[in-house]
Amino acid sequence: MTTPTSPPQSSPPEPAAPPTETVRLAAVAADLQDERLIQQHGIGGAVRAFGRRVRSGDIGSLPVVIGLIVIWVAFSLLNPNFLSSTNLVNLTLQCAAVGTISIGIVLVLLLGEIDLSVGSVSGLSAAILAVGFVNLGWPLPVALLASLLSGVVIGLLYGFLYTRFGVPSFVITLAGLLGFLGLQLWVLGSTGSINIPFDSWIVQFAQQWFLPDWLSYVLVILTALAYAAQLFVTANRRAAAGLSAVPATSIVVRSVFLLLVLAVPTWYLNQTRGVGATFVLFLVLVVVMNFFLTRTRWGRSVYAVGGNVEAARRSGINVTKVYLTVFVLCSTFAALGGILAAGRLAAANQGSGGGDTNLNAIAAAVIGGASLFGGRGSAFSALLGILVIQSISSGLTLLNLDSSIRYMITGAVLLLAVIVDSLSRRTRASHGRA
Amino acid sequence: MTVLSPEPVQGAPTSELVLSMRGIDKNFGAVQALTAIDLDIYSGEVVALVGDNGAGKSTLIKILAGVHPKDGGTITDGDKSVTINNPAESGALGIATVYQDLALCDNLDVVANLFLGHELGRGTIDEVEMEKRSWELLRQLSARIPSVRIPVASLSGGQRQTVAIARSLIGDPRIVILDEPTAALGVAQTAEVLNLIERLRERGLAVVLISHNMADVQAVADRIVVLRLGRNNGEFKVADVTYEDIIAAITGASDNAVTRRAQARVGSPEAADDAVPPPDVAPPEEARP
Repeated sequence: MTTPTSPPQSSPPEPAAPPTETVRLAAVAADLQDERLIQQHGIGGAVRAFGRRVRSGDIGSLPVVIGLIVIWVAFSLLNPNFLSSTNLVNLTLQCAAVGTISIGIVLVLLLGEIDLSVGSVSGLSAAILAVGFVNLGWPLPVALLASLLSGVVIGLLYGFLYTRFGVPSFVITLAGLLGFLGLQLWVLGSTGSINIPFDSWIVQFAQQWFLPDWLSYVLVILTALAYAAQLFVTANRRAAAGLSAVPATSIVVRSVFLLLVLAVPTWYLNQTRGVGATFVLFLVLVVVMNFFLTRTRWGRSVYAVGGNVEAARRSGINVTKVYLTVFVLCSTFAALGGILAAGRLAAANQGSGGGDTNLNAIAAAVIGGASLFGGRGSAFSALLGILVIQSISSGLTLLNLDSSIRYMITGAVLLLAVIVDSLSRRTRASHGRA
Repeated sequence: MTVLSPEPVQGAPTSELVLSMRGIDKNFGAVQALTAIDLDIYSGEVVALVGDNGAGKSTLIKILAGVHPKDGGTITDGDKSVTINNPAESGALGIATVYQDLALCDNLDVVANLFLGHELGRGTIDEVEMEKRSWELLRQLSARIPSVRIPVASLSGGQRQTVAIARSLIGDPRIVILDEPTAALGVAQTAEVLNLIERLRERGLAVVLISHNMADVQAVADRIVVLRLGRNNGEFKVADVTYEDIIAAITGASDNAVTRRAQARVGSPEAADDAVPPPDVAPPEEARP
């Protein structure tokens, strides 16, 4: 492509620049040529760049990782059993159900919306599963499908109400919270509690299935290799396109780091029962959602709608479709979470999806770094957030503290997370990173 | 989709009629916003659309952008008559509009904003190709943006305007409409945007510029179309028109608030005397509905 002959109004680095400048630029990647950029070289440079990002409020998941470490150190000092392999296995199993619901919450938060009814929807889904499978004698896959479909239908209803009438999602889902709780009680009928047979595979899956040791290690290694391969391919393509690329040493360092982060906990969990199948399912869902959010047009449009809905509309994004798909996904994740919870409990009752399910799911997403203001967050917010929530819950249970204390502490942590969100938002604004 | 088609660049791009509006009417209820407006748009030319508040500039470009349908008149593209009923049809005709509020997503980086709604790649987004083309595009526009991987929130007003204009070029348009592109900008940033507009013209694009700033208009436009109270009120070549002529066409009188102020500033005794406006005389352009 040719550059039109333009009047010489530009300052260097332009064709008019002295030859030495041109030579220097030719060796620099296309995205690093601006002299205002602070150049980073080597590992020290990467660390300094990270420090600068944090100071300007672009903290990402740093507070929650620090918080998690603090919580774990504190609880292990109070009760050495907290960090035992047995307890951590339990912790992962507890994470799966609410964590799955929390993925959906992350999605609606990315749009700057909220779904307050996920608890009720998960309870309804559990009730449909139990009534269909046990009382009506449906085959298990049919009952599961019906449960998931209830989530899809509810999401469609929310999306329709939101996009057609412009009712705030806060109000729609508040109505849904009550309405679907009522529906759950109605579906359960007079018995109020239905046990799911212990030998059905959904209960086995949720309670008893663990990855064999060898399979868990194979998966860990494959994940690290896939990560390295993806980094390597991207770096090569960027270099070929004349852009700055991650150096090979950095790829190796990152991949080995990921390998350790995955392998050490896996080894530790494998000391007792191992890695639960439901937790693996939850992790897979997080990774898959992360892929869709970061690599597809749909994901890009979710962030765009969350950032500036009018800009998204004008650039030709089908905003209605984005809202619909996100509400459907959120309710469906809630339904799936309800199924996992019912499987783990081997029952559905009037309390399914009640209590703190709703707020734990929302708190997990917020604590994990999904902004309440829309447009910021990632699928991994659900994973980090639910680890924090369940660690607090598990630690306080080990200390024999009452659920009253547990509620208060979880509430305080949620408040802290929202304050951190607001503060970092303000810092980002003043550092121009909004 | 190509970011920018390789333009045959010669000394002076040939200027030919791209779009022609004839006798455009538009009313909002009882208000006749536009009456028999004519506007011709030529490639390789910057046409400035000027007029006071309420003159109908924005209404006219909204008809081109597909925001409002016209009530009467014809729009012809070459020799065939066209209708523009929605923004998508406007885009299909090769018209790109940069609105005053820019409509950027602050949380997304420059690359994501440039390609928003037109991401490259099959299935997954091809970030590498998009970043490469972003740099090519920004270099062609001699845009001074330090990094395309920072959120647009961290850019200055002029840089944001640059991103918004660059984004309008992604779809390879023939006509770029700029609504008050320098309204909120400082001196240096205004100059940057004016340079950018000149580069669009050099690339052979037709540029429609709406501005209240006569200095900007005279600096960058080739032709000035004046609207007043929803009607055509003069069309000038910038080369052979004075500032006073334009102001007179905009306000509809050679004796207006602007000229009176100018006379008062001269400071000669007789000028100062009749420059003091009688207290009961309102500026003439206040007659709009």
